[in-house]
Amino acid sequence: MTYQKPNFRHPLAPTNNLGLSRREYEGALSTLCAGCGHDSISNAIITACFENSIEPHKVAKLSGIGCSSKTPTYFLGNSHGFNTVHGRMPSVTTGANMANRDLTYIGVSGDGDSASIGLGQFAHVVRRNLNMLYIVENNGCYGLTKGQNSATTDLGSISKSGNANKFSPIDLCNLSMQLGATFVARSFSGDKDQLVPLIKAAMSHRGFAFIDVISPCVTFNNNPGSKKSYDFVREHQEATSNIDFVPMQQEITTQYDAGTTQEVTLHDGSVIHLHKPIDGFDIHNPRTAMRAMKDHQERDEILTGLLYVDTDPVDLHDVINTNSKPLNSLTKEELCPGNKTLQSINESLR
Amino acid sequence: MTTPDTMVQHYHEVVDCQYACPAHTPVPEYIRLIAEGRYTDSYMLNWESNVFPGVLGRVCDRPCEPACRRGRLQEEPVAICRLKRVASDFKDDIQSRLPKIPEEKNGKRIALIGAGPASLTVARDLMPLGYEITVIDEQQKGGGMIRSQIPSFRLPDTVIDEEVGYILDMGVDTRFGEEVTSLKSILDEKFDAVFIGTGAPRGRNLEIPGRYDAEDHIHIGVEWLANVSFKHTNSIGEKVVILGGGNTAMDCCRTARRLGGKEVTVTVRSPFAEMKASPWEIEDAQHEGIPVLDNHVPVQFHCEDGKLNAIEFQLVRAEYDAKGKRSLIPTGEDNVIIECTDVIVAVGQENSFPWIERDIGIEFNDWDMPEVDKITYRTSHKKVFVAGDAAWGPENIITAVAQAHQAAISIDLFCNGKRLSSRPGPNWTLVSQKMGIHEWSYQNNVVDDERYAVPLIATDKALADLSVEVELGFDANLALQEAHRCFSCDAQTVFNASKCIECDACIDICPTDCLTMTHYDPSVDDVGDLRQRLTGPAANNEQPIYVSGSLPDTGRVMVKDENVCVHCGLCAERCPTAAWDMQKLLYTEAQAGDSCQK
Repeated sequence: MTYQKPNFRHPLAPTNNLGLSRREYEGALSTLCAGCGHDSISNAIITACFENSIEPHKVAKLSGIGCSSKTPTYFLGNSHGFNTVHGRMPSVTTGANMANRDLTYIGVSGDGDSASIGLGQFAHVVRRNLNMLYIVENNGCYGLTKGQNSATTDLGSISKSGNANKFSPIDLCNLSMQLGATFVARSFSGDKDQLVPLIKAAMSHRGFAFIDVISPCVTFNNNPGSKKSYDFVREHQEATSNIDFVPMQQEITTQYDAGTTQEVTLHDGSVIHLHKPIDGFDIHNPRTAMRAMKDHQERDEILTGLLYVDTDPVDLHDVINTNSKPLNSLTKEELCPGNKTLQSINESLR
Repeated sequence: MTTPDTMVQHYHEVVDCQYACPAHTPVPEYIRLIAEGRYTDSYMLNWESNVFPGVLGRVCDRPCEPACRRGRLQEEPVAICRLKRVASDFKDDIQSRLPKIPEEKNGKRIALIGAGPASLTVARDLMPLGYEITVIDEQQKGGGMIRSQIPSFRLPDTVIDEEVGYILDMGVDTRFGEEVTSLKSILDEKFDAVFIGTGAPRGRNLEIPGRYDAEDHIHIGVEWLANVSFKHTNSIGEKVVILGGGNTAMDCCRTARRLGGKEVTVTVRSPFAEMKASPWEIEDAQHEGIPVLDNHVPVQFHCEDGKLNAIEFQLVRAEYDAKGKRSLIPTGEDNVIIECTDVIVAVGQENSFPWIERDIGIEFNDWDMPEVDKITYRTSHKKVFVAGDAAWGPENIITAVAQAHQAAISIDLFCNGKRLSSRPGPNWTLVSQKMGIHEWSYQNNVVDDERYAVPLIATDKALADLSVEVELGFDANLALQEAHRCFSCDAQTVFNASKCIECDACIDICPTDCLTMTHYDPSVDDVGDLRQRLTGPAANNEQPIYVSGSLPDTGRVMVKDENVCVHCGLCAERCPTAAWDMQKLLYTEAQAGDSCQK
């Protein structure tokens, strides 16, 4: 008779290094369709932030328009949020990031918001290597307007009305690598074992981290013949490797077999462990990733996992040499250094 | 793997309160009926299962409450017992809803010895089937220990008269005021079966020096309570010491307060925390200004010329060996002497069967108790059945009722010439509660309210009159609020593995982390290991784990730790394929007639 989440939680539920319980990272109850992949992604974000002991007030979540872009309401209820204009999340995030570089930025977008109306903005935020996590919740259809094909609908994918898609899809992972993204991954909403460590690693990455998460639309794109249904993705998913993430402050306790595990140390000292990578795959070489993705695509398979990472990236702040402190922490003296400083600048330009 | 035929048992265990109740009363269902204002329906559901809702709603030992799931998530469980009283207090006339008693009898005559809860339950179960029942009791009224041992400030006579009356008015032949001195003579009356429901009537004595030097002032608890109840005793001295820490001791001390005891003290041998009395009964006694002194071992009565002056105690502390066995070690401090005018010894009860001849085919065990079968409640004499405290020593009313239901089944089977081992199974239904989107036909919202206290009468008024009931009971509003605290654990989360698309929605939404999808093969993997790798810690091994069949896509299984599920229904709400559904289990134990008449 009601639709409210009870306030009780598991009495033995753990707390993280900040002493916070998972509940502090939850948001409002979702109003998306029951079984929507997006809700699983929201949960993966909650888990990643909780386990990484990220202070909720140091996260900003931004989104555009669409089912995916509604989801920031459903996670991190104690964080900053900005639900922007359709396809314009990247520019708002860029502005926010330039003003306050100390926050962790999570941008949530969908295939319509990023690959159609927002493709231009997407391209530029990638090439600028803005320090953020950009998640596309990719369901291959316009779920909010009854499931029309989107720009990421796979060629030949059958819609709920029974028609095969005739247009070539935009592969956002491939595109972002071409545009110089420094962390690229693909995952599946139904595979939290993979998605949660990817999100954790992406948040630790300094630079633009892109995760394309295939997220089935249960209402409009989960039918037989769809290439983004739960069944199809489960049957056709192959991971580049199994992934584990160990944050910087944590001691590595697990023993890994040297022959089959690759370690990737991120800029902040965190370590990604990649187990049993597929043959010939080089995580640091975008060309092998692009080739492997293409190969899999031709075989109607979906390559998931971490596709590419640059462990020493140069982000937008480095490039344009911004102030090391957030603008809101600058004093009047720093912002208006006075006539003497102005004169010396003028002098240097003569 | 949890298979379909074991599911009802699993779901029954999930309803913690009902499972813990010896009679398996459908607790969440009757609480729901109270919340709906259907007090009479609620009463009848209780009556069918536990026979004495008005009595039990006041004095039940309530094993349901420590089991209540809310007690694992909040300080206090739902006030189940006191809600039962609400059904009794607010019901309409139930005469028309009582079972019809056949005019034409089935020709079988049954004797019930003792008129306490066990015997009355057997009568209630067998009368509607056409049996001719004769109840024999030494007292003038029915009720047994309910009447003789429970003081009226906790349980008014009117309530006993009413509920005993429902049964006796079915046409039971009563031989009250008749003390049975020979079982053989009863058997000689050619009854088709004889049921012994005589309880544990004898209070245990305490043989210490001075015990017999002031007989008029040293009383045995249950005998003294019976004398008060039947108005043979109506006063006591001003300074009273109660020996013992059980519920009888609590009744004695509170009764003594009302009969003239100004300084009433309870002393127990054990540490306070190990007292046998229910915590709420200790609280009630303390509320009336009665101190409880623990670690006091009585060693001697001080008497003079037939008058009691004081009682002497040795002080001890409890020590435990490696096996947890307790011994009481004297502390070496000086003995304590408490001045008193009267002492009431309430240190336990015993069975007593001097009236059963040892040569009529009933085997007795080493404790001089008749050998009774744990399932059929029959002795080694094929016509003689025993249940309640008479069977295995003092328990409580609800246990006696539950056992008596089983004895009645056995008597019915026996009188119909059927095997006592072919016992009828429980009756149950499992029905979906889905009404529509966001709509369930049970109350699925989970309130945070703490337990509501039952209003009490002012202590000075309570102490002034032995017959004034201390608890006023919930009013309709408080009852509604308390009823809303029930999680509705009978609304089961029923899972259909073949419909699951493994979208994780249920796991994501579950507020108390009950659900996990994982690989598990019951033929290879260990359940203990499975408990270790669930979403939420599954540390309560007393609570069952549900394991589904293989899921279609990945071959994983759905696992649910039932321990802290609040039955909010969100898993079913968020399931896109209705693989989860909320289905109400209504489970009732079989009763006499279920196997023979149907």
